[in-house]
Amino acid sequence: MLKIENLHAAVDGKPILNGLSLTIAPGEVHAVMGPNGSGKSTLSYVLAGREGYEVTEGSVSFHGQDLLAMEPEERAVAGMFLAFQAPVELPGVGNANFLRTALNAVRRARGEAEMDAMQFLKLARARMKVLNMPEDMLKRPVNVGFSGGEKKRNEMLQLAMLAPKFAVLDETDSGLDIDALKMVADTVNSLRGPDFSALVITHYQRLLNHIVPDRVHVLSAGRIIKSGGPELAQELEASGYAGVQAAA
Amino acid sequence: MPAVTETLETVQSVTDSGYKWGFETEIEMEFAPKGLNEDIVRFISRKKDEPAWLLDWRLKAFAIWKKMEEPTWAAVKYPPIDYQDSYYYAAPVQKAKPKSLDEVDPELLKTYAKLGIPLKEQAILAGVEGAGESPADSGRMPIAVDAVFDSVSVATSYKERLAKDGIIFCSISEAVHEHPELVRQYLGSVVPQGDNFYAALNSAVFTDGSFVYIPKGVRCPMELSTYFRINAKSTGQFERTLIIADERSHVSYLEGCTAPMRDENQLHAAVVELVALDDATIKYSTVQNWYPGDAEGRGGIYNFVTKRGACRGARSKISWTQVETGSAITWKYPSCILQGDDSVGEFYSVAITNNRQQADTGTKMFHIGKNTRSTIVSKGISAGKGQNTYRGLVKISPKAHGARNFTQCDSLLIGDQCGAHTVPYIENRCMTAKVEHEATTSRIAEDQLFYCRQRGLNEEEAVGMIVNGFAREVLKELPMEFAVEAQKLLQISLEGSVG
Repeated sequence: MLKIENLHAAVDGKPILNGLSLTIAPGEVHAVMGPNGSGKSTLSYVLAGREGYEVTEGSVSFHGQDLLAMEPEERAVAGMFLAFQAPVELPGVGNANFLRTALNAVRRARGEAEMDAMQFLKLARARMKVLNMPEDMLKRPVNVGFSGGEKKRNEMLQLAMLAPKFAVLDETDSGLDIDALKMVADTVNSLRGPDFSALVITHYQRLLNHIVPDRVHVLSAGRIIKSGGPELAQELEASGYAGVQAAA
Repeated sequence: MPAVTETLETVQSVTDSGYKWGFETEIEMEFAPKGLNEDIVRFISRKKDEPAWLLDWRLKAFAIWKKMEEPTWAAVKYPPIDYQDSYYYAAPVQKAKPKSLDEVDPELLKTYAKLGIPLKEQAILAGVEGAGESPADSGRMPIAVDAVFDSVSVATSYKERLAKDGIIFCSISEAVHEHPELVRQYLGSVVPQGDNFYAALNSAVFTDGSFVYIPKGVRCPMELSTYFRINAKSTGQFERTLIIADERSHVSYLEGCTAPMRDENQLHAAVVELVALDDATIKYSTVQNWYPGDAEGRGGIYNFVTKRGACRGARSKISWTQVETGSAITWKYPSCILQGDDSVGEFYSVAITNNRQQADTGTKMFHIGKNTRSTIVSKGISAGKGQNTYRGLVKISPKAHGARNFTQCDSLLIGDQCGAHTVPYIENRCMTAKVEHEATTSRIAEDQLFYCRQRGLNEEEAVGMIVNGFAREVLKELPMEFAVEAQKLLQISLEGSVG
C-alpha cells in the first residue's frame, strides 16, 4: 500500500508538487497523466528518493514505513522500483554483473539466499527470452550504446528480475514502437497480482490500452485535479488536457 | 553536488578502517646502524657475503648518488627526507638459512598467511593440500612466491618444480652466488646506477628482491610473484628485481606489497629491470597496496620506484599492468625500451588517490627498432583530497620506421577537492611513425549513483561498481586470479572518500 498525503516538493527552491494526495492499494495499477511540467517526473523521483528533490510538506507511507525517511537503496530493497525515463549508462559495468548485484541486494533484504552466477544466468536467460532480448545484452556494459528501445527493454528486464512490490513507470512508453510498447505492457501485466501495484506515468492513452489501469489521475500544476476509471484516459485523448484543466 | 557531498560525509566516518594489512609482526630483528654512508654499503654487502665486483658496483653507485639531487619535477609535495634517519638493513634473525619452507620461522609464515599469501606449496595437480588454510590457498592455480620481509627474502616456493624446466626463480641475493654470470651480465643493464636519484640509492643499498631467468623456448608453467612486506619501523625497503626472458620464452610475473600503519613515512625505492630477447614475452603485473597514510595525510609509504624493461630482441614484448591503490606518494614510470624490430610495449595502469594521497605515475616508451608498437592505457581516479598525475613520454627515434603508439588517459574525479592532471610528452623524430593520444576527464555523475542506488546498491557498492567499470580495460589485463582481488581493492581504497 502506497499512501501519499498532501505532498509538496520543490526543485532548486521552485515548488513543483503542490499538495498531491494519492492512495494505491496492493494489487492496483494507477495511471498518472498530465501535460509537460505538471510534475509527473518529479513525483517519480520524490518516490525514489533522488537528491535535489526536496519535500517541503506532506508524507508518503509505503507498506507502513515512512518512505521519505529512507535512503534510495533502502526504498529499492523494500520493493520500490523506478523504471527510468532515460536509463543511465554505466561504462565498463557488465549488465549481468549489475543486475546480479542488484538482485542479490534485494534478495538479502527479503531474507532470501543470494544467487550464484549459474542460478542467475538461468533465470536471466529465461526472462530475456520472454522479452525478446538477445543474450549478448547481458555481456554489454549497462545501457552503453543501447538504442532507445533496448534501454527500455533493459529496464523491463530489471523489473521482471527484481519483482518489486511497487513499480513506477516514468514515461516508459515514450519513443517506443508498438511491439516494444506491448513488451512493456506484458512485463507489467505478468507481475500483476495481489502483492504488486504500479504507478504508470504517461502522456498518452495508448499504453493504457495494454496496461488497463484501475484508476486514472490527471496531474496539473503539481496536484491531482481529476480522478476516474480507465475511461478518463480516453476522455483525455479526445479532449486534451486543456478541457479537463478548464473544467477543474 | 549534493549527492556527492553527502556521500563524502557519510563515508568519511569510516575512514581508516579500510586498510586491513596494517598489523605489525613481532619478531626478533637485526638492524644495520641507522644512517647512510660507505660503511653501511659495505655492511650490507658483507651481510650478503657478496663478491668484490658487486661491492665495487655498489660503492660506485653510492658515489654517484652523493653527487645527485632529489628530483623535484614531479607534481608531488612532501617535506625533505632525512636520508640519515633511516635503517637501510633490517632482517629477521635466522639461525641458519632455511633449507625448506618447513624451517621458516612460524611467525613469518603466520604473517604471510594473514596477508593471504600462499607460501605453502600445493600439490600441483590436486590443488587441495593447502585448501582452507588461507583464502588464497583454495582451489586456485599454484603461484610461486618469493616473500621479501623488510630487507631479506624469507622464502621462495616452487623452486624445485620450476627448476625442472630450467627456470631460475630465487632471491637476488641467492642469484648473486648461484648464477653470478647472469647477474653480472644483466644487473644495471636496463637501469644503470646513475639513472636517477632513487635508482642510484637503490643500487648502493639494495638488500634483496627476486631474480627470474626463463630459458630459451620455455613457457613458465605458473604465475611467478614476489610479495614485499615492510614490517620494521624507521626502515626503508630497497629491493631489486631482475627478470630475463631468453629467446621464445614467456613469463607472467606479479608483485604485491603491504606495510603496517604508522605515523611516520617510510621510503620504498625499488628498481625493476626486465630483459626480453627475441620473441620473448614478459607480462609484469603490480598490485601496489602500501599503507597510504591516514585521512589527514599522516604516515604512509613514499613509493619512489624505477621500473624499466628492454625489448632487446626482435618481436619481443613487455607488458606492464599496475593497480596503484596504496602509498602516500607514488613516483613511478614503468617504461619500455623497444630496441628489437617489431617489438611491443604496453602499459596499463589504474591509480587511485584518496584522502591526501599523491600519485605522479605513467610510462615512457622509447621506440628505437622498426615497426615497434606501444599502447598506453592510464586510468586515474582521484577522491578526497587526492592528487593524481599521469606523466608519460613517447619518444620515437629517427630510425624507428613504421612505429606506432596509442595513448589513452582517462581521469575520474570523485568529490570536488581532488585533482587530476595529465602531462603527456611526445617526441617524434620519424616521418613514418604514427602517434595517437586521447584524454578524458569525468566525474562520477549523480545520475549514475542514483541509478545504482535505485536498484538497491548502497553508496559504496555503487561507487565501487562505477569505478571498476571505469578501470575495466586495465583490470582485464591482470591475471585472472588477481583481477578479482584488484576489484575489491579498488573499492576498499575508496572507502572513506565516497563510498
